[in-house]
Amino acid sequence: MRSPAKSASLGWRNGWSRIFVLAVLQVGLIGLQDAPAESGLVLQPTVEQNYQPRQYQGQLEPDDGQWVRPAKDYASTRYSSLDQINAGNVKNLKLTFTFSTGMTRGHEAAPLVVNNTMYIVTPFPNNLYALDLTKPGAPMKWVYEPLPTPASQGVACCDVVNRGASYDDGKIYYNTLDNQTVAVDAVTGKEVWKTRVGDINKGESMTMAPLVVKGKVLVGNSGGEFGVRGWLTALDGKTGKIAWRAYTAGPDKDVLIGHRFKPFYPQDRGQDLGVKSWPPDSWKIGGGGVWGWISYDPQLNLIYYGTANPGPWDAEARPGDNKFTAGIFARDPDTGEAVWFYQFSPHDLYDYDGVNENILLDLPINGQTRKVLVHPDRNGYVYVIDRATGEVLSANAFAPITTSRGVDLKTGLLQYVEEKRPITGKVVRGLCPSAPGAKDWQPSAFSPRTGLLYIPHNHLCMDEEDLQPNYIAGTPYVGANVRMYNAPGGYGGEFTGWDPVEGKVVWTNPDRFPVWSGALATAGDVVFYGTLDGWFKAVDAKSGTLLWQFKTGSGIIGQPTTYKGPDGKQYVAILSGVGGWAGAIVAGGLDARDESAALGFAAAMKDLPHYTNKGGMLYVFALP
Amino acid sequence: MCKPLHIAPLLMAATLLASCKREERTLRQPPPASETLNTIQISGLNPGANSIPTPPSSNMYQESAYAVSEGQKLYEGYNCVGCHAHGGGGIGPALMDRDWIYGSEPGNIFATIMQGRPNGMPSFRNRIPEYQAWEIAAYVRSMAGLLPKGVSPNRTDHMNVKPAESSTSEQTPIGITGLPEQHK
Repeated sequence: MRSPAKSASLGWRNGWSRIFVLAVLQVGLIGLQDAPAESGLVLQPTVEQNYQPRQYQGQLEPDDGQWVRPAKDYASTRYSSLDQINAGNVKNLKLTFTFSTGMTRGHEAAPLVVNNTMYIVTPFPNNLYALDLTKPGAPMKWVYEPLPTPASQGVACCDVVNRGASYDDGKIYYNTLDNQTVAVDAVTGKEVWKTRVGDINKGESMTMAPLVVKGKVLVGNSGGEFGVRGWLTALDGKTGKIAWRAYTAGPDKDVLIGHRFKPFYPQDRGQDLGVKSWPPDSWKIGGGGVWGWISYDPQLNLIYYGTANPGPWDAEARPGDNKFTAGIFARDPDTGEAVWFYQFSPHDLYDYDGVNENILLDLPINGQTRKVLVHPDRNGYVYVIDRATGEVLSANAFAPITTSRGVDLKTGLLQYVEEKRPITGKVVRGLCPSAPGAKDWQPSAFSPRTGLLYIPHNHLCMDEEDLQPNYIAGTPYVGANVRMYNAPGGYGGEFTGWDPVEGKVVWTNPDRFPVWSGALATAGDVVFYGTLDGWFKAVDAKSGTLLWQFKTGSGIIGQPTTYKGPDGKQYVAILSGVGGWAGAIVAGGLDARDESAALGFAAAMKDLPHYTNKGGMLYVFALP
Repeated sequence: MCKPLHIAPLLMAATLLASCKREERTLRQPPPASETLNTIQISGLNPGANSIPTPPSSNMYQESAYAVSEGQKLYEGYNCVGCHAHGGGGIGPALMDRDWIYGSEPGNIFATIMQGRPNGMPSFRNRIPEYQAWEIAAYVRSMAGLLPKGVSPNRTDHMNVKPAESSTSEQTPIGITGLPEQHK
């Protein structure tokens, strides 16, 4: 910023020469900007040659052909045992019906199917549509309109998206952008209850899809870029009354840390770490929202979910480990008590939220079958963690990394690269992965038939200059200038088949843009995903070979689902409608001459407006 | 061939003239507030054949490089940058382009800051003093190249994410008070 004194002293005598020098400097700087920044790669994923499909030995939940929650089952596999559509016949897939949502923001939700009815939640204003699958063309049965306050759009960091609903006990549960959890009668569309759980004037919003466990609706807040105090809340599914709330930071009693809390690593043990690992009072505005995915293991009776980035991005403003942000909690769903915690990115420096999906699997690790969770994190590693204890069994790079050298499996600590540490007031270049991470919210799928995890992800790096932030409740609390660009190789995204046992890439499909949609795996050995430029794709589960694709009206950031229709046929559903953080440049009509637009994402997405336009539409496919 | 020596005095004179206002600094001048606010219009439709079009509002701060520079600093300090970035937008709309949902006139921008707007723009009344809101409004117009080059900021001390405001070509405003026939 130019200081007043400086501008006042700029007299006319030397004005011309100053202006000339400045002009030359500026041309020089703009020129430099276009040159690819030195990335100084530290880690690249390892590719596995000659992968032999490893049939999964564990148990999956029985499949009734419906799709009642975004991740399909409690283990979050997004795997369907339906196999009518297979690698041999998928090329014949045809459009069966469509439905326009009438909205132009990012459509991230998964279409649910329960009792021959399809349910879709739109981005703000978060309408819930029920479509009758028993009738030709699936006409609308009813629409429920929660009418959230339009002002809530001003506290949604990364487009006004909604990641969908969950069905349980005759009700559809979901969250509105203005922090209300609603329960809607699945048959009549009438509101059963509505509970306000957060406040936009504290910067809070809600975008995540609830998980319902033993009659409790689990929901969390968003707002790591608004200085919120993150939490997970359990509401009674029948009444909407709050049963418990577990904060991410603060004193142990707020975090629901008690005698059952036994983290695996010593750095996570101690009293009130949620206060002591922060400067005084910073934990009150320290972020750590819970806007991602929740998984549940009924045998251990534990839920698993990640916590978001600490705020502000300017890390010098919050010395300390910033517990319990950017990590994962295991909790008892009945009481909310914490059982263990592990921090993926202690004192996060790069907006590496820990909220990504956790796939609960029983995998052979060093000759032993271990109950694990598999978690592809924003920091670039796929973690395999013992889900009973929180011990990290492996952490392998699945995208290019410059910001860390690996994870020390003895201490569990991420090994940061010192020269890539952002410093307030200094531009640090070539940071990979960038702020949305090697992978953002877009959920992976697992197939027991191939033993592979299918990861939709980003392939981006960034430059970052941290700045002193200024906290004003209800406004962004970030403190950083960011510009993102494609990682070496010149493309922005990948769809990767990953071996979680060996921790290696089996195959990967590069894409021009970040792959911002969810993945769906099926027993027909076909895997589905969508691209930001609007292609809905079916690939071979073993090889990644493209088998079929369909160009939808807008970019795809939704979650594909599949179900058995009332006619006994298998259908595949996807919401198209570009947006989200990656697609904000189109959905929000941003101006990419400013590379810092959309928190720096616009710089990497300059070309997207030439490839797609906004507009929400449901597409459902089947074999003829 | 041009003869620089002959042109130099002319250039200097021109610079002097142009510099007069840009370097002016008025302390404690009343902000051009209330009478402008009463004439703010956020529709381009004026019913009745004899209706008198509203005169464009003025903002004395947008003639002063100092005030615009102050506006730039406040734009960051009040976290406008968090939503609108450096004019390209994000959570909020872009400010460096031709589209002005609630009008491009200085008074429109001042009113938008103070009153807020329904789809997410907060109301900064009682948070930002009026004269600062006018300074921010002046800076916001500079992002779209709507201020004279000599007044607009021509460099940043931070990471260079866009061309300077002073080298942004004027984006002819469209929207409520602009020219509807030029809509993209």
